[in-house]
Amino acid sequence: MTELVCIVCPKGCRLFVDEQKDFAVTGQSCPRGEAYGREELISPIRTVTSTVRIEGALCRCCSVKTDRAIPKSLVFEAVRQLDGVLLHAPIREGQTVIAQVCGTDVCFVCTRDMEREDTYESVYSGLGSRDY
Amino acid sequence: MYELIVVGGGPAGLAAAYAAWESGLQRILIVDRDQALGGILNQCIHSGFGLHRFGSELTGPEYAGRYIRMLQHTDVEVALETMVLEVTADRQVHMVSRKEGYRVLEAASVILAMGCRERTRGAIAIPGTRPAGVLTAGTAQRFVNLDGYLPGRRVVILGSGDIGLIMARRMTLEGAKVLCCVEIMPYSSGLNRNIVQCLRDYDIPLYLSHTITEIRGRNRVEQVVLAKVDERRMPIPGTERVLDCDTLLLSVGLIPENELTRKAGIKMDRRTGGAIVYENMETSLPGIFACGNVVHVHDLVDFVSAESERAGKAAASYVLHKEEPQSQVLELIAGEGISYTVPQKIHPDKVGQTIEIFFRVTRPRNSSRIRVTSNGTLLSVFKREHLAPGEMEHIRLPRELFEKATGSLELSIEEVIG
Repeated sequence: MTELVCIVCPKGCRLFVDEQKDFAVTGQSCPRGEAYGREELISPIRTVTSTVRIEGALCRCCSVKTDRAIPKSLVFEAVRQLDGVLLHAPIREGQTVIAQVCGTDVCFVCTRDMEREDTYESVYSGLGSRDY
Repeated sequence: MYELIVVGGGPAGLAAAYAAWESGLQRILIVDRDQALGGILNQCIHSGFGLHRFGSELTGPEYAGRYIRMLQHTDVEVALETMVLEVTADRQVHMVSRKEGYRVLEAASVILAMGCRERTRGAIAIPGTRPAGVLTAGTAQRFVNLDGYLPGRRVVILGSGDIGLIMARRMTLEGAKVLCCVEIMPYSSGLNRNIVQCLRDYDIPLYLSHTITEIRGRNRVEQVVLAKVDERRMPIPGTERVLDCDTLLLSVGLIPENELTRKAGIKMDRRTGGAIVYENMETSLPGIFACGNVVHVHDLVDFVSAESERAGKAAASYVLHKEEPQSQVLELIAGEGISYTVPQKIHPDKVGQTIEIFFRVTRPRNSSRIRVTSNGTLLSVFKREHLAPGEMEHIRLPRELFEKATGSLELSIEEVIG
């Protein structure tokens, strides 16, 4: 029996996973917790968030994430793959940065719209009127 | 003249402005000092936001992006890189920016959504030298995630608040060595999931009931001294250990940023560090509302949004209906085991079907009853299996309850034995 804290949501349920009984999970308050408990002991996975360099935007970094979770053992390698990447503004949330992270079918995607620095306006009326 | 000026374009300001627009206001201005809307969410690149509000797990920038896109379908105006210097009781908003200079804009209503800032080394008074390399976790987060600088290579983190835990993982992924996370209390103030996925995943030790007693180094941090503390949080002589490091990150609490609020003459609550508010998030000054971390520090942005939507609706209602001043006011008292409540005051005749009361407890407790009483009479009881100061709690009180109240209402905790 292994005790875990569920990391699926901020609630942090205390889970008990019984390896003897086919990884039966107790203590969860939702089905996602049950899936996490099993997976965490069989093959743990994590969603990875990091940043990449961007040029032509207001700040130097653009935030990214894996569009699904990857095996926990690949987390460091995945982040290293971002080191040489350079984006150019403008970019859109959801745009792919790296396809097939560490040989998986998971992608790194941008998590933020970033407009070009030269189209930036500090005072404007109506967000809808902005030209990105 | 604006119908509403929102001070701050973070999650609170965005949600408040959108709700006010949806409720019928046409002339709304959001003012923010940064170059982009979204506030601190833009540097919170990790995921975990939006489970309550949007039913999916988003990163900080994605959560802000949802609201920014909602606002793109409105005529809400935005002034970025603009600092609000003063809000007066008659709702004149003084602001300054490089582009527009000094301006005084009038508003029929104002929403204060300035958020909070971090406690610094000065606030916790750690002895030692004054070298570079001591910074708050949120400042480090900004350096790493927005500016692309790694502020240190060997890092100790003091405080186990969520930002500190998140930064332990972030600095590790960016190639720094995080030696440990140090917490003076016997429990962490961060979420359990963050202790698991930010510390345990990377084998970073968490020392509870420990603190940093000295910072050493001439130009740059060279060492810090770690010591165990007793029940009174005093360092125990003989337990000191010296750690070689070049950076100390502080995650030792957040303070609502209320300079404007105080200057306006709004009544403050010493326990929350924010304004005293009514159930509709109105402050002691009519037509001036406050919401989000500027009122009380939340754990989850989802609750900031919900609270701010209430403020936005209330501001719209204030402007469009010019409501009569309410006669009856019920005080809500934080009794045994409760450190504060929000709201602190209630207009019983304004309450809809129910009203949500947010509060924190003074210490961790197991199986407990939350009691709502008025003049010693028990009006309602709520059960909780687990309560902790790090987790904001809330209960929902029905309208009928306020009719039964005689005088003020008191919230208290009673632990169930056995």
